[in-house]
Amino acid sequence: MASTKVSLTVNGNEVEAEVDSRTLLIHLLREHLNITGPHIGCDTSHCGACTVDLNGKSVKACTVLAVQAQDGDVLTVEGMAAADGTLHPLQQAFMDNHGLQCGFCTPGMLTRAHRLLQENPNPTEEEIRWGISGNLCRCTGYQNIVKAISQAAAQMNMKEAAE
Amino acid sequence: MIPGQFDYHRPSSKQEALQILGELGGDAFPLAGGHSIIPMMKLRLAAPEHLVDLGAIDELKGVSIGGNVIEIGSMTTQHELLTSSELSQACPIIQETSALIADPQVRYCGTIGGNVANGDPGNDMPGLMQCLDATYVLESNSGAREVGARDFYNGIYDTALNEGEIVTLVRIPTPAAGHGYAYCKLKRKVGDYATAAAGVILNMSGSTCQSASIALTNVGDTALYAAEASDSLAGSDLGDDAIDRAVSLAEGITSPVSDMRGSEEYRSKMAGVMVARAIRLAAERAS
Ligand SMILES: Cc1cc2nc3c(=O)[nH]c(=O)nc-3n(C[C@H](O)[C@H](O)[C@H](O)COP(=O)(O)OP(=O)(O)OC[C@H]3O[C@@H](n4cnc5c(N)ncnc54)[C@H](O)[C@@H]3O)c2cc1C
Ligand code: FES
Ligand code: FES
Repeated sequence: MASTKVSLTVNGNEVEAEVDSRTLLIHLLREHLNITGPHIGCDTSHCGACTVDLNGKSVKACTVLAVQAQDGDVLTVEGMAAADGTLHPLQQAFMDNHGLQCGFCTPGMLTRAHRLLQENPNPTEEEIRWGISGNLCRCTGYQNIVKAISQAAAQMNMKEAAE
Repeated sequence: MIPGQFDYHRPSSKQEALQILGELGGDAFPLAGGHSIIPMMKLRLAAPEHLVDLGAIDELKGVSIGGNVIEIGSMTTQHELLTSSELSQACPIIQETSALIADPQVRYCGTIGGNVANGDPGNDMPGLMQCLDATYVLESNSGAREVGARDFYNGIYDTALNEGEIVTLVRIPTPAAGHGYAYCKLKRKVGDYATAAAGVILNMSGSTCQSASIALTNVGDTALYAAEASDSLAGSDLGDDAIDRAVSLAEGITSPVSDMRGSEEYRSKMAGVMVARAIRLAAERAS
């Protein structure tokens, strides 16, 4: 079983790695590229802790083969803050609203919320709840996560209007 | 957990895919969205020697709506079905069902072809396709044939597909203008397979039901088209008696297993409850 060279863009950087066909995207990120923001929670496609953005879609990286990401464009939580360290409005809003406790689900929540707001910049509370229904949080009870996403949406829209 | 070893193929055309699948025979599985097969490979419930990824084949993607028929390429994702505005006009029950499948991440990847070909009775699209009387176009390197969704399923993970054959297209007769529709699914939580689910399409003439189609999900070894229950509604006023009769005919064809979703008896009853709800909702929506 020959290994395959995969080339892809991760957080704006072009990267290459030699992987087995069976290597999962989550292992490519965490073990080959040392990008450990995306977590492994359930490892059975349920919890969303491993969520990253792949070609403009939120995917569970534990259920995507690394070879399927060939030539792809990946965004993980590491790519969300600005180059100067300024937090992304979603990250700031999670901090401000106490949208995390242990933080295990947070990288998945943030990347998922990022895609949700790209598709629906002005979601209702219900749309937010449906939008993050593939991401489980064992700590917060979701209330503050939903609040944080809605505050970030408002902020991003305000910023957009100002520009 | 990682899958066992396999060789990965990524053909860029349907022709090439069919050729590879034909040569490799039963050792190769097509890979669509991967959201049933990859979890199964991680758990060693499946161990194909080759995966033939259909993800780069553009000709297998897309929705096209003609006068009498809706054609959906097998590699069209649930997310793409949900965002097709044409589909929401022509056949809204498809989106109602897609929205009840799994969660956003899974819907970005999971395809209609993978859902109907998988052969898991928990999948929602097979019952929906039986309700809509859809036909699957199956192709291999030796040609194409068509099989109706109502004839496609033999048992758990046992379908009419032969080795080397894939579903390329799902063909759905466009429901009549003003039809009533509903897909009602009982599940324990978002992202769960159905405890029981029912799809209903109704054609009404005033307050009389002209024809009806009812199919059930996850209450037998395969999705079930409820022929007698469907026929029993034709000519009725969809009053309580008519609905009770259809419900008991539908419950009669179920044979669910007892599992963590409930006992056999409970799931059978819930299939009936879903049928009654779906009929009432479809009747409200019909015009
Ligand atoms: C957390 C979670 C929850 C889920 N909940 C639901 C749910 O509520 N309802 C539901 O219906 N599904 C559910 N699913 C399953 C999901 O919808 C899958 O995406 C779907 O069952 C398979 O589609 P796929 O495109 O991912 O196919 P794959 O996983 O790639 O393939 C599935 C099988 O079909 C074969 N195959 C794929 N495409 C073709 C083709 N064109 N022709 C012939 N054979 C083909 C493959 O070889 C494989 O054996 C869930 C999955 C997860 C992970
Ligand atoms: S680790 Fe991927 S969904 Fe839980
Ligand atoms: S903050 Fe602990 S799991 Fe969400």
